[in-house]
Amino acid sequence: MSDLLNRYGALLTTIFILLTGFWLLMLIVLPNIYLFETSFRPYLPVTEIGGPKDVFSFNNYFTFFNSPIHMNVFLWTMVYSSLVTVICFLIAYPLAYYLSKVAPGHLLPTLFLLLFIPLWVSEVLRSFAWFIILALKGPLNATLLGLGILDEPIRWISGFRGVVIGLVYTYVLFMLFPVFNAIQSLDTNQIEAAEDLGSPWWRTHLRVILPHSKPGIASGAVMVFMLSAGSILVPTLLGSTTSRWFTEIIQQWMFESQDWNTGSAYAFLLLILCTVFVSVVMRVFRVKLSDIAK
Amino acid sequence: MRKSNYAFHLYMVLFLLYMLLPLVVMGGAAFNDSRFPSIYPWQGWTMRWFIDLWNDGRMWTAFGNTIAVALAVVAISVPIGTAAAILINSIAGTTRTVLYSLMVAPILTPGAVIGISTLLFWNRLHVPAGLHLSVLGQVSYIAAFAMLLVLARLQSFDRGLEEAALDLGASHAQVMRRILLPHLYPAIGAGAAIGFFQSIENFNVTLFTRGTYDTLTVYVFSKVRSGITPTINALALILITFTLLCAIAYEVRRRAVARRG
Repeated sequence: MSDLLNRYGALLTTIFILLTGFWLLMLIVLPNIYLFETSFRPYLPVTEIGGPKDVFSFNNYFTFFNSPIHMNVFLWTMVYSSLVTVICFLIAYPLAYYLSKVAPGHLLPTLFLLLFIPLWVSEVLRSFAWFIILALKGPLNATLLGLGILDEPIRWISGFRGVVIGLVYTYVLFMLFPVFNAIQSLDTNQIEAAEDLGSPWWRTHLRVILPHSKPGIASGAVMVFMLSAGSILVPTLLGSTTSRWFTEIIQQWMFESQDWNTGSAYAFLLLILCTVFVSVVMRVFRVKLSDIAK
Repeated sequence: MRKSNYAFHLYMVLFLLYMLLPLVVMGGAAFNDSRFPSIYPWQGWTMRWFIDLWNDGRMWTAFGNTIAVALAVVAISVPIGTAAAILINSIAGTTRTVLYSLMVAPILTPGAVIGISTLLFWNRLHVPAGLHLSVLGQVSYIAAFAMLLVLARLQSFDRGLEEAALDLGASHAQVMRRILLPHLYPAIGAGAAIGFFQSIENFNVTLFTRGTYDTLTVYVFSKVRSGITPTINALALILITFTLLCAIAYEVRRRAVARRG
């Protein structure tokens, strides 16, 4: 701290501290504490706020734990977000390896440019694209029928199928880039050494490349899981009548019931789910937070 | 080894098709003369969805709001991110770990949670919902991107330069303006660009904080939910084309720089 003062003087140091303080306190810490506090208060008309009925209780959380439907939705959101994370990894890992070790170097900038395009198109449009493609009389069914692969059209958007397809498409790149960065930093000599010593390709991956890419996988998994579990657009646009997502219930509390207190309790549960996932991943992969958020 | 390389190349091509074809389908549907957005069955070419889009006043308002929010987000989050990076770079130990965790936490927080907590907290301070809250909510996580970029850039900074300048009688403001900031400009520029695009794309935080205002993503979302027409495809095509042009311009510049260097 005194180092800052020496270099930039009192005025600039104060500005740095004020800016950072505003960010951390007013935009991160206090809003979350207030969210936590609100979730323990009852939903009351404005006139009764602060009155005798405005006491702390676990009632908003009991609403959740007494509702098998909401708990089910929470569970399925968790299960399908995990599934999306795994699928994204399976798709992204060979690609990340290809891009960092196999692809000719002069092609890389062009490849990355092409990969970045979907990332710059907003999520709402990307799910909309799949909404068109997966329609019962849409281009996908028409193509598959035309090629003779299918005899009759498939109802793609049924159950969680549409949601999983949409989430994988939307978030697979968030897995690809961190894993690519991790494999990129592996010395190619190590791979060659393993091969020279007679290791079959799968063992090279299992013992050399995969362990080295752990921080990238952890980072990708955390991002994909969090974005999937917290997605509002994809489950709304590509969901069917049987695929309810936890964020849709939060929206219901916030907008339809206007019950912000129960809404914040549910939002807090979503936050806990993601926090638990982050800590489990950090434990399993033995990585630090600074490895995940880069 | 050769053979497996072919399989890899094929996989890469398939993946690129998987990433890009949906966008082509969506853009193509903008020209289909069908009331429902699709490319199949093809009903003939038309430009009317673009004309409808041009005449849609609500879309233009949403567009203006989106740009205004994005500019405000960049204007706030870049200084905050830069200040936070300089601050955290000068401290060590537990304080640093705690501050760092707090700063990156918003990146790992679902947008809905950020949106709701921002809405509740500022409402408590008697600030009603509206685009200004969307700006604050978005800044909370976009500043983290700026911070990470600037922090990475600071690692390659030679602090001796600052000491030399101070010894030679430079003022603190001069050290900042002439030595530190020029070194950080690439990271600050990247932070601004990423922040701008992140803000334009943002939906989750905006949905809860916007009040009654529309941004482009919220507008598209409500359109898709209630009676879609291919005007959305027309909008999508324009946005994708804009993205492509930016990407090509970037690539051309990069090649020019690479040739010169």
